[in-house]
Amino acid sequence: MKRHLISAADLSRDDAVLILDTAEEMGRVADRPIKKLPTLRGRTVVNLFFEDSTRTRISFEAAAKRLSADVINFSAKGSSVSKGESLKDTALTLEAMGADAVVIRHHDSGAPHRLATSGWIGGSVVNAGDGTHEHPTQALLDAFTLRRRLGDGPGTDLAGRRVTIVGDILHSRVARSNVHLLSTLGAEVTLVAPPTLVPVRTEQWPCEVSYDLDAQLAKSDAVMMLRVQRERMNAAYFPTEREYARRYGLNGQRMARMPEHSVVMHPGPMNRGMEITAEVADSPRCTAVEQVTNGVSIRMAVLYLLLSGAEPAVTDTSENPAAAPAAAPGPATRTEENA
Amino acid sequence: MSQHKTLIRGAKVLGDRAQDVLIDGATIAEVGQGLDAAGATVVEADGQILLPGLVDLHTHLREPGREDSETVLTGTRAAAVGGFTAVHAMANTFPVADTAGVVEQVWRLGAEAGYCDVQPVGAVTVGLEGKQLAELGAMHESAAGVTVFSDDGKCVHDAVIMRRALEYVKAFDGVVAQHAQEPRLTEGAQMNEGVVSAELGLGGWPAVAEESIIARDVLLAAHVGSRVHICHLSTAGSVEIVRWAKSKGWNVTAEVTPHHLLLTDDLVRSYDPVYKVNPPLRTEADVAALREALADGTIDCVATDHAPHPHEDKDCEWGAAAMGMVGLETALSVVQNTMVDSGLITWNQVAERMSFRPAEIGRLAGQGRPIAAGEPANLTLLDSAYRGQVDPVHFASRSRNTPYRGRDLPGRVTHTFLRGRATVMDGNLT
Ligand SMILES: [Zn+2]
Repeated sequence: MKRHLISAADLSRDDAVLILDTAEEMGRVADRPIKKLPTLRGRTVVNLFFEDSTRTRISFEAAAKRLSADVINFSAKGSSVSKGESLKDTALTLEAMGADAVVIRHHDSGAPHRLATSGWIGGSVVNAGDGTHEHPTQALLDAFTLRRRLGDGPGTDLAGRRVTIVGDILHSRVARSNVHLLSTLGAEVTLVAPPTLVPVRTEQWPCEVSYDLDAQLAKSDAVMMLRVQRERMNAAYFPTEREYARRYGLNGQRMARMPEHSVVMHPGPMNRGMEITAEVADSPRCTAVEQVTNGVSIRMAVLYLLLSGAEPAVTDTSENPAAAPAAAPGPATRTEENA
Repeated sequence: MSQHKTLIRGAKVLGDRAQDVLIDGATIAEVGQGLDAAGATVVEADGQILLPGLVDLHTHLREPGREDSETVLTGTRAAAVGGFTAVHAMANTFPVADTAGVVEQVWRLGAEAGYCDVQPVGAVTVGLEGKQLAELGAMHESAAGVTVFSDDGKCVHDAVIMRRALEYVKAFDGVVAQHAQEPRLTEGAQMNEGVVSAELGLGGWPAVAEESIIARDVLLAAHVGSRVHICHLSTAGSVEIVRWAKSKGWNVTAEVTPHHLLLTDDLVRSYDPVYKVNPPLRTEADVAALREALADGTIDCVATDHAPHPHEDKDCEWGAAAMGMVGLETALSVVQNTMVDSGLITWNQVAERMSFRPAEIGRLAGQGRPIAAGEPANLTLLDSAYRGQVDPVHFASRSRNTPYRGRDLPGRVTHTFLRGRATVMDGNLT
């Protein structure tokens, strides 16, 4: 793996599988009486949030703490009017504090890339969502959830699985990261949205684009519903909430046309009544809550792999050796799986 | 006591055969072979290219208001280094150049600096707000003698205001230079809308936002019988519209920037704000169409859109960064690289596109004249064999926001003469 996690496109198939496998081990730590690993003791992880997102920040914070890292939460008021030196100055401050990793959420696409490449800081940068660009850990936790739900075990990818992503593709960092990651893992991705909410030039994306949700349901192993902001209506992306829900919302009737084994995913927070009905959101097929739980495991895996390289994540000092799997092998030792 | 004389010996005039050019005072005295050097300072051109002093129709000198990025003095020094003897100073200053007072101030600052002629551009509307016509006539009658009017940075998007402005300036042979950008189609725009913007998640600036305004404005100009000038044309579609308008015989002129002749939106993948500019960098196909249009005359001239910004306005995240690039000191090199060395145009045509035509469009007396006896001695000597990397440390401009840092570009201006006086000598400002 590279030193930073900026885009899901930076991950090879083996990198991604390694993260998912490591997250499986991390998930087992949560079942132990002591939920902490000493792995990142003495390391400092900064959560740098220029945009409010309590869910994502808490998830990263829990992940870092379970790895025994020192966590600093830095919430910067990001206003579009304020000059950009705020990011640079903040970065220089964090560098002076000795941050080993900076988890950044920013309203501008490209801000994490800039932080990682500008020379302002020396630590690892983890993109926790930038503008309408990417949100790679969300895609990883989605892939993780999918692999578990579809019954594929460690070491496997998502080859041949069909995933339909529905909603505001144009403004969605979750969609962009998922298109990259899921296709890297071998899944067939179809994006569904009204044409107004699809970028004008997606022909090079490794996915299909459809305007017809009903046509996709029967063949989907998973349907991922994206949050659609009601305010988009005011910019004429769609006429009314009611029409959006009717054409692109997932309700009980539509869910019934999905295959038995398939799941409904949502990155949250949900707009019930808009892109998803309560009936679907509360059904056992909906993985929204699991996704949150898995988010912590994935973020533990990412921080661990970025910060401690090939050292074993989980050692067998556990009280229950059976529950402690072998250490995750480093990326170099996994290449034989390419065969 | 006679006036100061300079003899430029063995220069390829407009790229043709080597000749001597004798400057006497502010005027070209003689052009020919083996001219007498008696009493003259001799400049050994040794096969360098002699061009008429370059004329820029589109320069942001930033004074008054943003002297932290450029002043009339630093901007005109940069212009001289780039081989320019006249620049048109855009109106988007603080305060806006929308009154006779402000344009006269800028004009006076240019005259005092003495490095190149500064021809102020007047705003079309008060405060560039697009609502009420500025006192165009008063600016024309002022000492600054404004004939080019532009709300550059903003588009005159109201069709009625645009129509009136086009009609009104006919009274004194003025021209409206339009920054073609449909505002509603470009809300939140950060880069060219296309493959790269879709991938990067940056707000798109679609080609149609430029093309729809150009289409409207050439139709308006035809309807009211006015001339219109299109600033920094950037798309293949815009080229087609201008070509069509010219084929109708309508009075439409257009400019292209050096950066749109060379760079594409792929560079934005670095998220480095040095590539953030308005109109944005476009695609390979657009670049090809622009070069072809400049070669066949559909695009009349090259204009720099020199847009200085202080370091802190570019040393930040993309979304927070200012739009624009400096260009005066690299313009001729980029044109040599993209148009001459590639065989698309001759040096004679460079003179046409970087001096004669822009001076004619701006109705600028004494600039853009032939290199012949009796003409004003506004001249640029270019060492076209020079090869070197762009290093902004050496820029005369107060700002360093060049997209060419570290890039190999050909050609270097060795001498610039403004009415016979050397502003640049052996590559150095005098
Ligand atoms: Zn402009």
